[in-house]
Amino acid sequence: MTLPSQNVIAEPQQLVKMTYREGMRQAIREAMLRDERCFLMGADVGRYGGCFAVSKGLFDEFGPEKIRDMPLSESAIAGIGIGASMNGMRPIVEIMTVNFSLLALDQILNTAGTLLHMSGGLFNVPVVIRMATGSGRQLGAQHAHSLEGWYAHIPGIKVLAPGTVEDMRGMLWPALEDPDPVLIFEQQVMYNMTEMVSATPVPVDIDHAKVRRPGKDVTLITYGSCLPKSMTAAETLAQEEIDTEVIDLRTLRPLDNDTIFASVAKTHRVLIVEEGWRSGSLAAEISARIMENLFYELDRPVDRLCASEVPMPYSKHMEEAAVPQPETIAAAVRKLVL
Amino acid sequence: MSTKTVTKEKKDKVSPEQREHYHHLLHQMILIRRYEEKAAELYQASKIRGFLHLYIGEEAIATGVMQALTPEDSVVATYREHGHALARGVSADVIMAEMYGKVTGCARGRGGSMHLFDKEHRFFGGNAIVCSHLPLAVGIALADKMQNKPNVTVCFLGEGAVAEGEFHESLNLGALWQTPTLFVVENNLYCMGTALRYHSSNPNLTEKAASYNVKAVQIDGNDVLAVEQAAHEACDYLRSGKGPYFIEAITYRFRPHSMFDAELYREKAEVEEHKKRDPIILFTNYLKENNLIEDGEIQAIEADVAAVVQHSVDFAENSPWEEVEDLTRFVYTERSLS
Ligand SMILES: Cc1ncc(C[n+]2csc(CCOP(=O)(O)OP(=O)(O)O)c2C)c(N)n1
Repeated sequence: MTLPSQNVIAEPQQLVKMTYREGMRQAIREAMLRDERCFLMGADVGRYGGCFAVSKGLFDEFGPEKIRDMPLSESAIAGIGIGASMNGMRPIVEIMTVNFSLLALDQILNTAGTLLHMSGGLFNVPVVIRMATGSGRQLGAQHAHSLEGWYAHIPGIKVLAPGTVEDMRGMLWPALEDPDPVLIFEQQVMYNMTEMVSATPVPVDIDHAKVRRPGKDVTLITYGSCLPKSMTAAETLAQEEIDTEVIDLRTLRPLDNDTIFASVAKTHRVLIVEEGWRSGSLAAEISARIMENLFYELDRPVDRLCASEVPMPYSKHMEEAAVPQPETIAAAVRKLVL
Repeated sequence: MSTKTVTKEKKDKVSPEQREHYHHLLHQMILIRRYEEKAAELYQASKIRGFLHLYIGEEAIATGVMQALTPEDSVVATYREHGHALARGVSADVIMAEMYGKVTGCARGRGGSMHLFDKEHRFFGGNAIVCSHLPLAVGIALADKMQNKPNVTVCFLGEGAVAEGEFHESLNLGALWQTPTLFVVENNLYCMGTALRYHSSNPNLTEKAASYNVKAVQIDGNDVLAVEQAAHEACDYLRSGKGPYFIEAITYRFRPHSMFDAELYREKAEVEEHKKRDPIILFTNYLKENNLIEDGEIQAIEADVAAVVQHSVDFAENSPWEEVEDLTRFVYTERSLS
């Protein structure tokens, strides 16, 4: 799976082929070398090499103090990371997957999300919490959900969702520099995805969405694993003379209204694609914002393509049927331009 | 604390029934072993997907514990549960079909390897959020107690689960309310890649259980007779209404944690060393030394097991897939419209 990325730098930079997994590994490594307050903490990040092999090799390079293996105690993993961040450290907290992060939800919402406000601005929580999300590997109903939209509901935290190798590589550093809690959602189905990226890291703008493919007929808003699928769909549609503009949200909270609105004002037709469940989804929020702000710009009602409202099934054909696919995305776009 | 082992003792007189029972135990363990060896092969052939966690090396525990149960008792297991399902009497056919993702599987192909369920055998899953099933087991046992039923609920868990908050919450409440719950910790020394000494301040698990006033024993989990005896003692205790019981069965996982594990955290030599205490070899040797089995009888067991395994594969191969139209069924209970 390769994704043509526009923001591969113009400078005479050397380009290297890199996986999504390697992008985060290098980002962690660079952060550790750059800032001695950084350390990685989580279950199996050290001796095992990370449950998705993201931190493989780092234990040998940095040792057990900096690459800290932790027990299966998700609430404590998040809570201790929050505490350390409040007292001068810059922990990178790894929770294996979003499914298990629900055991840490209390700390993320009730502590990380509230402290700055509750303390009247006294206490910052500059923690970064990373976790894998998404379906596509037949892992069933307790290992394959996409719950980042829920996290995007919480004021006080920032939510990032890298959909390219370059973003995976470049989002960690600005996240660590952010004075507030940042969650990074990594697509488990994309860890092996490769892309050409510059040999030296490029900082990523985590405050703005990015137009991945300019187009004039339809605006397709998406992020994460639905980005490559949407790009594929857009290529198919281009052959049918349907020119799709693909917007990669990148940051799910706060949402970048400006980029979205500018595109909608141009195309007047919108499809929002995500792997979260439809009811109360991030897509619902975006749709509402467009309706509230650009009602008279719309030629058609905003459309959404989300996951079926079922726990994720194990068998392949059912799992595929449960989430957006390039074919279903293209079909939804066609309906908008008919 | 000494770990109880039985198979070192010599047997003088054994009744024909007892002899037959021993053969049954051996049959069960060999069935689990060969079944899972087949599953691993089918995984390589991409017939089985998702996560597959093998129980190879730990067969004596499920086999021994199930001997003490009645059909009305309940079983709650983890994602490493093929052996438990087989030993509980769930048909090899429907388990295999489930792993294939076929509609004839015990969960219609929606669960997969990690989520086996069987109502008739009171087999409450296949739970893949580590430790999430402990409160469930206490609740099932509480319901039996409140309805004055003499049943026990067995809850299998790995030693990794001991670090989760729900472990402590469940032992505390089970003991406080004296629920008939049997906690069986399958201590295979590694929580994925993290050895107990790297994640527990006190690696003595029976002390942890005892601190909640739960009766706790440690046994040799590779000795099927020691497990069986401990399970009988535990169930007698539980049925007399004295509250929960905790068995720590020391064992070893011969295979990787799942099919995605490079085993960076342990040496091959260590695995080989542990294989000398293979539960099937230990028990076979014991039976031979005491003239309780003949080579021909072992061959007959192997032949019977091979037929059961092959039958399950044929059954799965020849079974249909679930219709995609059924994707949204069972999210809510189906009620007849009459
Ligand atoms: C809450 C939660 N955190 C993390 C995981 C990922 N995970 C699955 S199995 C496992 C290891 C559990 O080890 P242990 O309890 O010792 O049981 P074993 O696998 O050795 O049988 C981990 C970390 C999970 N499934 N659930």
